[in-house]
Amino acid sequence: MSTLTVRDLHTYYGDSHVLQGVTLQAEQGTVTAVLGRNGVGKTTLCRSIAGLTPARAGQIALGATDITRLAPHRIHQARVGLVPQGRRMFTSLTVREHLAIAERSADLTRSVPPAAESGDAGPVAPWTVESVCALFPRLAERLQNRGNELSGGEQQMLAIARALVANPLLLIMDEPTEGLAPALVAQVGELVGRLKREGTTVLLVEQNATFAVALADRVHVMSKGAIVHSSDPKTLWENEEIKTQLLGVPGATAHGERR
Amino acid sequence: MSIDLLSVIYLITQTLNGLFSAALLFLIASGLTLAFGVMRIVNIAHGSFYMLGVYVAWTVVTRTQSLLLGAIAAILVVGAIGFAMQRFFLRRFAADPLAQMMMTMGFALVFRDAALMVWGGDPFTLAYPRLLRGSVEVAEVVFPRYRLFVIVVAALVGAGLWMVNERTLIGARLRATVDDPEMASATGINVPLLSGLVFAVGAGLAAFGGVMGGPILGGYPGMDFDLLPLAFVVVIVGGMGSLKGALVGAIAVGMIDNFGKVLVPELSYFTLFAPMVLMLAIKPTGLYGRA
Repeated sequence: MSTLTVRDLHTYYGDSHVLQGVTLQAEQGTVTAVLGRNGVGKTTLCRSIAGLTPARAGQIALGATDITRLAPHRIHQARVGLVPQGRRMFTSLTVREHLAIAERSADLTRSVPPAAESGDAGPVAPWTVESVCALFPRLAERLQNRGNELSGGEQQMLAIARALVANPLLLIMDEPTEGLAPALVAQVGELVGRLKREGTTVLLVEQNATFAVALADRVHVMSKGAIVHSSDPKTLWENEEIKTQLLGVPGATAHGERR
Repeated sequence: MSIDLLSVIYLITQTLNGLFSAALLFLIASGLTLAFGVMRIVNIAHGSFYMLGVYVAWTVVTRTQSLLLGAIAAILVVGAIGFAMQRFFLRRFAADPLAQMMMTMGFALVFRDAALMVWGGDPFTLAYPRLLRGSVEVAEVVFPRYRLFVIVVAALVGAGLWMVNERTLIGARLRATVDDPEMASATGINVPLLSGLVFAVGAGLAAFGGVMGGPILGGYPGMDFDLLPLAFVVVIVGGMGSLKGALVGAIAVGMIDNFGKVLVPELSYFTLFAPMVLMLAIKPTGLYGRA
């Protein structure tokens, strides 16, 4: 069981009350998108779940496991993966080392996808260094390069691969398409779809609302540290008021043209 | 023998002396720089680890006549002290560098007085290992066997540290933690435990440096704070957190200090600290440090 449950989460940076009671649920094997403008607390939500900025009040659970007060490496062991905003490469580590220190694939099988939805039952083979290299052939060519010698796109692939080789049950992706070329954005989209079909819970935080809405099963919109709108993606996309006011997506007049 | 030959021999001998100082400085500074890299701790008690190493070894060597056993005991005891210090005290102040520094300062004073109580205030030197007494003579250059041995040992330790750091999984974890401790923890690395281990290894290395210098420099009250500025000069010149920097810094400081004392003894403190001041003015991160 790997449903993420966040209940009434309050997180502070010093005295600044950033998350003001966030509640959401991300069902196993679905994509849950969190949208909103800059500075509304989306990244803080990711950081709180991953344990980097521990919440002061509230509860976070993965399945039946309470992970609210765990240290970040314990949360990682509880199989929560983070693709952080800004990629966060280790500059002195090679691509191979990035994957080697993160890999946790021995004796892990990934969750069985719900048979009713996907049709094919049975455990999915775990991610390994080899399989993420097959997924991103560009990384396979760059195994000996250091983190700071990669292009932005390669860094994003590595950030995703680094999270995948730990075989997370919950994958948190904080702005995975930021600064990526369209072809790569499409590839990330395909990957998210595949992860979902294989039973991984995906929490997708995005500025790129078009991208998120196309993938998500459930959409939450944040404003000033709280979730102010939750719906299925279609309902959100038809709500021009929320789109213009809370997402900054050009409304009816622009016909969904973005930036 | 011509004057030229004499001065060449003199130059070689002094270079070897400089390398001996560099070898000791490297052993001590490598621990200081590793701990700083992982934890951003400015450890004022690092000189105390060096001092405690000599004293612990003294107790063991006077009973066993074995410098090797003394070194092993010093590394284990001082390593354990370092681990406990990090585990039970410094870790509580992980987010507050000033509090950590003041705490290490307090520990340094406690260790100084504790050493005075336990071992008394008389200076001593450790017994030379029997095999390493005397000198070697190559061509016209005569050099003490033990000093040569220390240079070789420090080189081996340096090579070993480099191998671990660059070629093993634990080394990769260590570098990841130095690069970005937060992301390292989100990649499953137990950063507090790793920090404790690094701090312990650093303390053990300082103790080992003390033991290696023991037959020549010996032990005496105040040696901890005599050494500390030298170790900081090495780390600042080389770049905090960099093993390569500790090596280059140790060689630079060892040579400069040695030749400075020989050529212009009245300026020995100037020749030692001028490079540090220059480095801070030109490149504050040191030769191999990062911003």
